[in-house]
Amino acid sequence: MIGTFRMILIAAIAAVSWTPLAGAQLRVTVEGVNFQPMPIAVPDFDGASPQAKDIAAQMAEVIRSDLSGSAVFRLIDPNAFIERDLDISLAPRFPDWTVIQAQALVVGNVVLESSNTMVTQFRLYDVFGGKELFAQQYTVPTADNWRRVAHKVADDIYSQLTGEAGYFDSRLVFVSESGPATNRRRRLAIMDQDGANAEHLLSGINSVLTPRFSPSSQTIIYSAYVPDARNPAITRLRVYLYDIETGRQEVLSEIEKATNYAARFSPDGRSVVMSREKGGNSDIYMIELARRTERRLTTSQAVDTSPSFSPDGQSIVFTSDRGGSAQLYVMRADGAPMACPSGGTETACRISFGQGQYTTPVWSPRGDWIAFTKQTGGKFSIGVIQPDGKGERLLTEAYLDEGPTWSPNGRVIAFFREAGPGAGPKLWSIDLTGRNLRRIPTPGDASDPAWSPILQ
Amino acid sequence: MRGVQVIINAVLGGAIMEKWIMRSSFKFVLLAAAAAVAVGCASKPEPTPPPPLPPAVKPTPAPTPPPVPTPPPTRTGPAAGSKGDFQAKATDRVYFDLDQYTLDDADRQALQGQAQWLTQYAAARVQIEGNADERGTREYNLALGARRAEAVAGYLSSLGVNASRIETVSFGKDKPIDPGHTEEAWSRNRNAHTNVVSEAIS
Repeated sequence: MIGTFRMILIAAIAAVSWTPLAGAQLRVTVEGVNFQPMPIAVPDFDGASPQAKDIAAQMAEVIRSDLSGSAVFRLIDPNAFIERDLDISLAPRFPDWTVIQAQALVVGNVVLESSNTMVTQFRLYDVFGGKELFAQQYTVPTADNWRRVAHKVADDIYSQLTGEAGYFDSRLVFVSESGPATNRRRRLAIMDQDGANAEHLLSGINSVLTPRFSPSSQTIIYSAYVPDARNPAITRLRVYLYDIETGRQEVLSEIEKATNYAARFSPDGRSVVMSREKGGNSDIYMIELARRTERRLTTSQAVDTSPSFSPDGQSIVFTSDRGGSAQLYVMRADGAPMACPSGGTETACRISFGQGQYTTPVWSPRGDWIAFTKQTGGKFSIGVIQPDGKGERLLTEAYLDEGPTWSPNGRVIAFFREAGPGAGPKLWSIDLTGRNLRRIPTPGDASDPAWSPILQ
Repeated sequence: MRGVQVIINAVLGGAIMEKWIMRSSFKFVLLAAAAAVAVGCASKPEPTPPPPLPPAVKPTPAPTPPPVPTPPPTRTGPAAGSKGDFQAKATDRVYFDLDQYTLDDADRQALQGQAQWLTQYAAARVQIEGNADERGTREYNLALGARRAEAVAGYLSSLGVNASRIETVSFGKDKPIDPGHTEEAWSRNRNAHTNVVSEAIS
């Protein structure tokens, strides 16, 4: 029995739609120059007991924070509310909400049952239409899970009102950094998407790089520097697969005189694509996890690194300096030649052609964009480009902006930033539209964020 | 009522997770303890301690003891074939230009010194550590550091050092020797360091 530390969130969430759905007509469009955040009112949820009331109020706070953090919504100040003490079993007094210009209203209720089971119900109203849009009930076996339920409710509201999937019930894995630059401590850490519940994983491993989630969110693949077993004076860089549930971990694959790094899962979770450096030259390899069969995907004498799969698993984007400077290339996952958007048939097509260096490409889970880091003129930017090389846009600029990762719905990009020389790295996020640059709170310095899929 | 959809939630927590809050309070306790020790010790670690003040009053001279014969001088330098010996006799680090991994004449001269030492101490083994400056992204700089390490490893083996005695590793931008953020610091951090991982001491 491993029980030194507390287990968190072991739960089944039962979700029930508890009234018939009406067709959603109230809609906020998340793109376009005329974008206006939708005014929404989220009063504290009601609770059947003092303890339930307390949890209900905290849940409403998390929901408000998720929705306002998305910048798709503008939360109306609860002090402006006219109707108070809403009852979920009664329709709200719509005129009280139209007068304060709320377009949407959320009314919720929390019940703690004797077995500690928590039941959360909420209704989403179209205020000006004077009708209910959506209602849902979540049951969790323990009230400890209230934060996740709040994120699920916020995801429901987001998706009902935008027509797109939400992203609030998700987590970030990252590297927690401390100590002087010449002797930096880099630990694997995980937290909720909003910065809550931050924890270190893997005590004793202090040189972690580039962690990434498997599609199930249960396995993290990361690199770490470790002493060689036979001669601890020798340092090895290894790729590990770490199962968060069991704590089990293993070295992915190791061969003499070669180093694996820059590893990521395929969208089906069955394979890993990575760089292997041999004799100074880095090429891209794919490993099928069940049988550990390997396939080499690039053979150039240039650096080929940072591979990332398209969500359909058919293509891989990567960085290569085969053209003289680091640029983005797309190839087929089966290695077959392809017709390039810029003409000709190649085994890998260059898609970026700007000045400077393009690195760390990451394919959006929606498939429509590739996020990257661009280094030019002494500055770093996070940018996006379409897989055919069109539509390149830079979203940020700083002394160092690096390592984009996509929210599960492909609308938000998290990355790490060093605001100036010597400023420790911190996590930030920005919308695909270039709006809403925000700090993601971390207990200390943090780098290499990777976003999980929506939790199941 | 729509169909009941039961979502089996995945296990999110791992048994070996630590609560951050627990850690921070623990750290606080440690810091408090360290502070108490520091107060007790009166002396604070400083890079350069201030010179001791001359005594205000000349102490009364104690009676001089009879002179003790000094022992014959012993060798104080590092042992032949040791890591310290390598560092004393060879230049253990070569530097690279921005985005480059080619060796210039000065580098080759330094590496000839390394090769000479390695030829003399055939039991010694080294690991070449390739490094890059902070002005690049992590994975690309790992690749660049690997090229630098290999440039050195390749040259050493061309000088007759058996390749089986040479390991390489790239630290990318993650192990700077100069914590600064100037052109000078960056040029120092673009290097390949030869680290003796098995000494040749009989």
